[in-house]
Amino acid sequence: MNKESIVLFRATLPVLLFQRFVNETALIVLARNLIATLKILKKSMLFQFNLLTAISGVDYYNSDYRFNVTYELLSLKYNLRIRVKIFLQPLESVNSIVMLFKNANWWEREVWDLFGIFFNNHPDLRRILLDYGFEGHPMRKDYPVYGYTEIFYDISDKRIRVIPIELAQEYRAFSFDTPW
Amino acid sequence: MLKKKDLLLNKIRNFTINFGPQHPAAHGVLRLVLELQGEVVKYADPHIGLLHRGTEKLIEHKTYLQALPYFDRLDYVSMMAQEHTFSVAIERLLNLAIPRRAQIIRVIFLEITRILNHLLAVGCHAMDVGAMTPFLWSFEEREKLMEFYERVSGARMHAAYIRPGGISLDIPRNLLDDIHYFINTFGVRLNEIEEMLTTNRIWKERLVQIGVISYKQAIDWGFSGVMLRGSGIPWDLRKNTPYEIYNELQFNIPIGKQGDCFDRYKLRIEEMRESLNIIYQAIELLEEGPIKSHPKLTNPARIESKISMEGVIQHFKYFTENIKVPVGETYVGTEAPKGEFGVYILSNDTEIPYRCKIKAPGFGHLQALNDMVVGHLIADVVTIIGTQDIVFGEIDR
Repeated sequence: MNKESIVLFRATLPVLLFQRFVNETALIVLARNLIATLKILKKSMLFQFNLLTAISGVDYYNSDYRFNVTYELLSLKYNLRIRVKIFLQPLESVNSIVMLFKNANWWEREVWDLFGIFFNNHPDLRRILLDYGFEGHPMRKDYPVYGYTEIFYDISDKRIRVIPIELAQEYRAFSFDTPW
Repeated sequence: MLKKKDLLLNKIRNFTINFGPQHPAAHGVLRLVLELQGEVVKYADPHIGLLHRGTEKLIEHKTYLQALPYFDRLDYVSMMAQEHTFSVAIERLLNLAIPRRAQIIRVIFLEITRILNHLLAVGCHAMDVGAMTPFLWSFEEREKLMEFYERVSGARMHAAYIRPGGISLDIPRNLLDDIHYFINTFGVRLNEIEEMLTTNRIWKERLVQIGVISYKQAIDWGFSGVMLRGSGIPWDLRKNTPYEIYNELQFNIPIGKQGDCFDRYKLRIEEMRESLNIIYQAIELLEEGPIKSHPKLTNPARIESKISMEGVIQHFKYFTENIKVPVGETYVGTEAPKGEFGVYILSNDTEIPYRCKIKAPGFGHLQALNDMVVGHLIADVVTIIGTQDIVFGEIDR
């Protein structure tokens, strides 16, 4: 992405911060400006980012703005990619962009499922990857990797049972702060 | 009596059935809740996640090298394409250049992977629709390709061959001769499969004008790969954002016209022919040289750890604490056989990725299933699932 287009971004979009990673550009915007930003990026002749590649959540669990939602956009016309990021406080919700990008539907469901970030006006916000009655949002950093419950088929009851997990040995996270 | 009959008529509702998760045509564990009016599908609601293994969470607790084999197990019919994407992402974070020999070997195996995947896609699609023979033929060829996998990595499927910084081992002697022999004979096999299908009346009746996706729909649904090209959009990441040595190779991107299942079937066949062409060119380009980049970021050659102390230390450090990746983030998308496979990594100057998002092409395709099947007969649902080339390892992650 060249200098002129960055100037153009600054002039047309409510960008809070610009980030550059080698040859990738990321825009950080306020959550309330998200839809306006994406709409300009999608509809403007100068950008035409009309394909949403993915939406991903990130949990920065020590920060005040704990959650980060990242939108990867692709412009088929100009062969460009851009990343739009918003940061959210733990209980903050974000507006769904399903009206703008149809395929945001499942990606937002996935972020809701794994991170517990609520999307306003989403048409069908159900769990997607996890089990029907699952509790909790496991991609959060404070959720242990082994979970809280274990599930098995009880042959005497002839049904599936969910019980609290019991580990014979505590989970060990190896730290590699080595002296050398 | 008449009144009772009227009452019954009023009660007729659409019929809701469960398709899967144990249906052989569901390509694994897809549960589809179908609402039918007679045999016509009114609404389809895919329920996914029955193969969810928490790959992204596990990767956050593993070093970069330990995370690599998980990528083989995502889309378990195009294994190397995914570990390649992950490796490229790490290399971009490390700002690492790859030796030319490693790049060429990568390209050879990426294209072998593409053939591997498309053979399964076409074969299983044909079997879902009712043609048994192409399936058996294509699996015979896949076996030969998996033998190539085995000869370089020791594993038929989950190779873990393409590593950050190069490839794990150099190719064994005579392998290229055998690959060359394979690409010379494979064209005939492909012709045989085409003879069975392309002009077959039953095959055409089942595929032509089924699951039509228009140019605009394909973009709106965020499609990639064959699904996008089938609707007439010339978009291939190997051409548009070339990686490895793809910019030096001559190949065409076949695109479809109608955007129906038949076009996508033709595309897959054509892509296999292009892949043969690419492998042929890549073998011609192959030259002697190293297969790993920076010695501090890769494991040492076996002989090194036998003769030098530094080699032993490096070997130990590489396999226990692995490499530290500086702070950064990157999204890398490559042209996997099913579409754009993307990896979004946030690194934080440790040996463990802070976040690793996996963008699976099938996830985007499957959510358009409702759009594609509405108005078709229930038998066409199977055709459309087949044409999307669904594999649940990558969708559920």
